[in-house]
Amino acid sequence: MTRQPLLEIENLRVGFKVYGGELHVLDGVDFVVNKGEKVGLVGETGCGKTTTMKAILRILPQPPGFIESGVIRFHGRDLMQVKDREMRHIRGQGISMIFQDPTAALNPVFTIGQQLEPVIKYASPENRRLPRKVIRQKAIQALRDVSLADPERLLKAYPVQLSGGMRQRVCIGMALATNPELLIADEPGTSLDVTIQDQVLRLLHQLVEERDSSVILITHTLGIVRQMTDRLYVMYAGNMVETAPTRRIFTNPLHPYTQGLMDAVPKLTGGGVAHGIPGRIPDYLHPPTGCRFHPRCPHAMDICRQKKPSFYTVEEAHQVACFLYDTSSGADSAPARKEALA
Amino acid sequence: MTEDILTITDLKKHFVIGHNGLIHRTPITVKAVDGVSLSLRKGETFGLVGESGSGKSTVAYMTVGMYRPTSGTIRFRGEDLFDGSKERSKRHKKEIQIVFQDPGSSLNPRRSIKDILDLPLRIHQPQKNRLEEIVRLLSLVELPPEYMYKYPRQLSGGEKQIVAIARALATDPSIIVLDEPTSALDVSIQGKVINLLIRLQQEFELSFLFITHDLSLMRNVASRVAIMYLGKICEVADAAEFFENPLHPYTQMLLSSIPVLTEEEEALKPVKVESRGEIPSPVNVPPGCSFHSRCPYAEAICKQVDPEMKEIRPGHTVRCHLFASDRSQA
Repeated sequence: MTRQPLLEIENLRVGFKVYGGELHVLDGVDFVVNKGEKVGLVGETGCGKTTTMKAILRILPQPPGFIESGVIRFHGRDLMQVKDREMRHIRGQGISMIFQDPTAALNPVFTIGQQLEPVIKYASPENRRLPRKVIRQKAIQALRDVSLADPERLLKAYPVQLSGGMRQRVCIGMALATNPELLIADEPGTSLDVTIQDQVLRLLHQLVEERDSSVILITHTLGIVRQMTDRLYVMYAGNMVETAPTRRIFTNPLHPYTQGLMDAVPKLTGGGVAHGIPGRIPDYLHPPTGCRFHPRCPHAMDICRQKKPSFYTVEEAHQVACFLYDTSSGADSAPARKEALA
Repeated sequence: MTEDILTITDLKKHFVIGHNGLIHRTPITVKAVDGVSLSLRKGETFGLVGESGSGKSTVAYMTVGMYRPTSGTIRFRGEDLFDGSKERSKRHKKEIQIVFQDPGSSLNPRRSIKDILDLPLRIHQPQKNRLEEIVRLLSLVELPPEYMYKYPRQLSGGEKQIVAIARALATDPSIIVLDEPTSALDVSIQGKVINLLIRLQQEFELSFLFITHDLSLMRNVASRVAIMYLGKICEVADAAEFFENPLHPYTQMLLSSIPVLTEEEEALKPVKVESRGEIPSPVNVPPGCSFHSRCPYAEAICKQVDPEMKEIRPGHTVRCHLFASDRSQA
């Protein structure tokens, strides 16, 4: 099945200028989302997940942020060359985003209606000409779509009057109200309790399935992407380290970082808690040379300190950026590779 | 069976948050904790699990003496901790220590690690050589001694939490209350902190009251687990029994909501009890069983009568009408 790519990112490098130098956060990110595909992006705090998404939407604060190089194509068009005016339409109709913390995403001094109606109104030139009543109807429908009871009353309510789960539903409704082709959900359940998270994620899953939207689901909870996505990217310190169909990555993780991450999650089956990955995420002011994971990697070799690994295709659609899987490099890595695969 | 080191009996904490009426002012109260009884054995890890607003942190704060209970007692080795004696109160704070959720805000940013660890020593162990003691504490938690000259902002989140653990150890306590000690940390760091805690527990025979919302973590560290909902405990059991045979509908709902990684874990979940509804406001707790508004099995009696805690098997107690005496076989 070859689907058309909707969003392509090539070699994206983003840095931040800070006191004392430049932080080299994104170190050549490659990322593809096909039409209708649900893609997961997993990584720990500070690995650059949100920075990547902000670069896509061009909402990265510049300065201090700056894009060193790279191409972001949406429908084949380079988003960095698009005029601001057009970008605003892409943000509404093309790509929308759900943020982690719905309390911070909603303005506390405006009612839900005052925030939701403009989203619909300014989504496209056609909508701007619609009468207020129609816009209100669409807003009510958007809230109804996310299973919120009594939407008429909710439009007049302020965010503080809603619970956390309801606020996140409002944010999802707002993001989907314009029928975007690509939805970016940045940790949509993290600030919620597990039972509420489960409800919100089931709802989100059902809505995107109905609309056949493409989704990028960003999270650090591996279990969530397993339920909701077709393909998975694993990110570490500004690099994509592994990508594969979700099922495959869970049964056969290849990159030492992915393996460490999967091990570290406490399992319902018991058996104690793994020690996790030693060390910590690198300092972006002076990132490690070569593979950025090598200081924490149990299989690190000489080459890892010198050269940055590129993506090696291990099996169909399973790519991993690690020298252990470089079949061309000869004998020195073969034993380690065997051990890692065992 | 080992002895109970801490016994909590019918503990209640009601907060007055405002008043109703102009002349006959009736207080509006939040029943944050409403009749919690539990016991902690020597050297065990007791997991207290619940969603936000269930009152689990309030139980923690009362256990370490940060709040005074509205009613009920907390006994440490048989002594009532809130009998008003000043000396008892100081000993209470020495014996029962706490590690908070967010190490970023529980460590004073203006103080060096040395000062942070020095304060509890100055109060509770003034006779000791405090510098030596600080070095010993750092080595206990596997941090190099030069860390004492650092400030919290120079440490990573995991290291800060480890310093907070060292601070809790400074008074040589018997019990440490862990209030979500790893939920602010990344999963690759969590393992290190948890394993450190387990090692310290074995070394010093510590008892842990482990407060969390992470049931998967509890499966791996707790010896017993209790579930809290709206200020009450609804199920307690030994960890193995708890995960193999969860009885309360709320426990089943929680377990089936956990995102898991493998098919084997999926198989351990109880029959899917789909999560629905939201946790009601603790100001307006539903009458009867407080869970009835979200319970798929709710019946007429659940809306009127609050069920009692009932022991179904040895050590496994449930607060639910489904398991009332006449139907316990069902």
